[in-house]
Amino acid sequence: MDFILKGMAQGLIWALLALGVFISYRILDFADLSCEGTITLGASLASMLLTKGANPVLAILLSFAAGCVAGALTGFLHTKLKIPPILSGILTMTALFSVNLHIMGSANLQLNSVKTLYTSLTAALSINKTYLSLIIGTLVCLAVMGALYWFFGTELGASIRATGINERMCRAQGIDTDMTKIIGLALSNGLIALSGAFICQYQGYSNINLGVGSIVIGLASIIIGEAIFSKAKNFFLTLTGIVVGAVIYRVVIAVVLYFDMPTEDVKIMTAFVVVAALFITKYANKLGKRHHILGATGQAPANEARSDAAVREKGGNTDE
Amino acid sequence: MSENNTPMLSIKGITKAFYPGTVNEKIALNGLCLDLNVGDFVTVIGGNGAGKSTMLNAVAGVFPIDGGDILIDGVNVTRLPEHKRAAYIGRVFQDPMMGTCANMQIEENLAIAARRGKMRTLKWSITGGEREKFREMLAMLDLGLEDRMTAKVGLLSGGQRQALTLLMATLMSPKLLLLDEHTAALDPKTAAKVLEITDKLISEHKLTALMVTHNMKDAIAHGNRLIMMHDGRVILDVSGEEKKQLTVESLIAKFSENSGEDFVNDRALLNK
Repeated sequence: MDFILKGMAQGLIWALLALGVFISYRILDFADLSCEGTITLGASLASMLLTKGANPVLAILLSFAAGCVAGALTGFLHTKLKIPPILSGILTMTALFSVNLHIMGSANLQLNSVKTLYTSLTAALSINKTYLSLIIGTLVCLAVMGALYWFFGTELGASIRATGINERMCRAQGIDTDMTKIIGLALSNGLIALSGAFICQYQGYSNINLGVGSIVIGLASIIIGEAIFSKAKNFFLTLTGIVVGAVIYRVVIAVVLYFDMPTEDVKIMTAFVVVAALFITKYANKLGKRHHILGATGQAPANEARSDAAVREKGGNTDE
Repeated sequence: MSENNTPMLSIKGITKAFYPGTVNEKIALNGLCLDLNVGDFVTVIGGNGAGKSTMLNAVAGVFPIDGGDILIDGVNVTRLPEHKRAAYIGRVFQDPMMGTCANMQIEENLAIAARRGKMRTLKWSITGGEREKFREMLAMLDLGLEDRMTAKVGLLSGGQRQALTLLMATLMSPKLLLLDEHTAALDPKTAAKVLEITDKLISEHKLTALMVTHNMKDAIAHGNRLIMMHDGRVILDVSGEEKKQLTVESLIAKFSENSGEDFVNDRALLNK
């Protein structure tokens, strides 16, 4: 059973990545690939700081800040230099590869002999590392979900949501859509780097290839979560779904690895799961089930003509 | 009414060419001049490609213009980006999907509109007091939307969405209301209802408005002034009593007279 608990613990920290990807992909409708670089940025910066003897909490906060800067850079490339979304993300990701190597000083950074959040707390509270990581993961996820729920309920948060739905309307309503995109991407990548900062401490090392395929992992978590919480009307429930999705994803991986599936095949399996999930949801769409999913158009023209009759009825006396 | 000699909108010889320097070059606005006095409700007609929508988009700041100046209530807005000009301008588009956020609730859309021209802060996006105000305003539309304030706008019909967009555009009493064929995508009866709401909101808020339409009858029946555009300029400008005397036939005659061309616009003819 221990491998399942470990999978859950990992899922909870990878959930931060999924929440970050959710902000760019779903809320901003921006296919942001900088994710693969920022998760490694978070991990390498935190690891480097920890080997220098920094406080683990401080290392985590600085990683979040660095992720925000990287996300803002992607936003800047897209909004101010007019580079298409995908390319902006790829450029940031590519640049971050060098940055991350410089930060770590090598492709790998071991944290075996340094004090991390997990080692210091297991010692202080004298509990099992797996339980500790479950507790930390749950608390961090709840805090982030609460913060996101609050933020996207504010005036600024609402204008970021609106930007992802209808940019033209936003500008007509006086929203600086360049700014809302930059803020949204900064927040998204901040969370992704935060995820990286926890991951490296949990696994005890950081690696330059940590981020490879992370966008797909984030998407897989979102899709699994949305499939389970498809009826979620409340934003907090949607966020909960994503965290649950990330946990399920990690548990499934843990189970598969437990049954001796070669590690190299995990990524192709993830890709397959995402493709299958996207295909199935699109197919369900065609059958008339309305489901807002990646790639499927955001708007729902099916309901157009439905209640024009109501308008007409009320207005009928004007010219008849 | 205060005596105010500054026009609410002053378009001073603006020009705009699309695809300049290519074979597709199209001069959409050709030294266009137009002044709107405070409280003017001007209907705009003209054939396809006459520059009607381009004029509205130029005023709204959707793209930079090549020359000339645009002043709103004496303030030169020519160099202001679109979202900053929005502080002065309310807009309704031809496409009912364009003016609202489909995946957001009716009240959320209104709350966004209620902050036009203001800083978006970290305060909660909608207050209880606002909800009450929105409910009353929606009730005035007489479409039953006041009981569906938390419904997603994507569930509304095109007509309901245009009515909501109108409400959002006028919520903060803009200095200028720009209506870009906002009834063209609706069926005739729905269009009539939306126009009725338009008239009501404009007179209620005493707005200065520009309404582009392809329907000549509507252009004659609404507003206090009518302009006709051709090749990026105003070729006819009538107001007051003279406007009331207009008929579709006389308008078509005036078009041929002033533009030196036959009126060849199927859509406008069909809409007589």
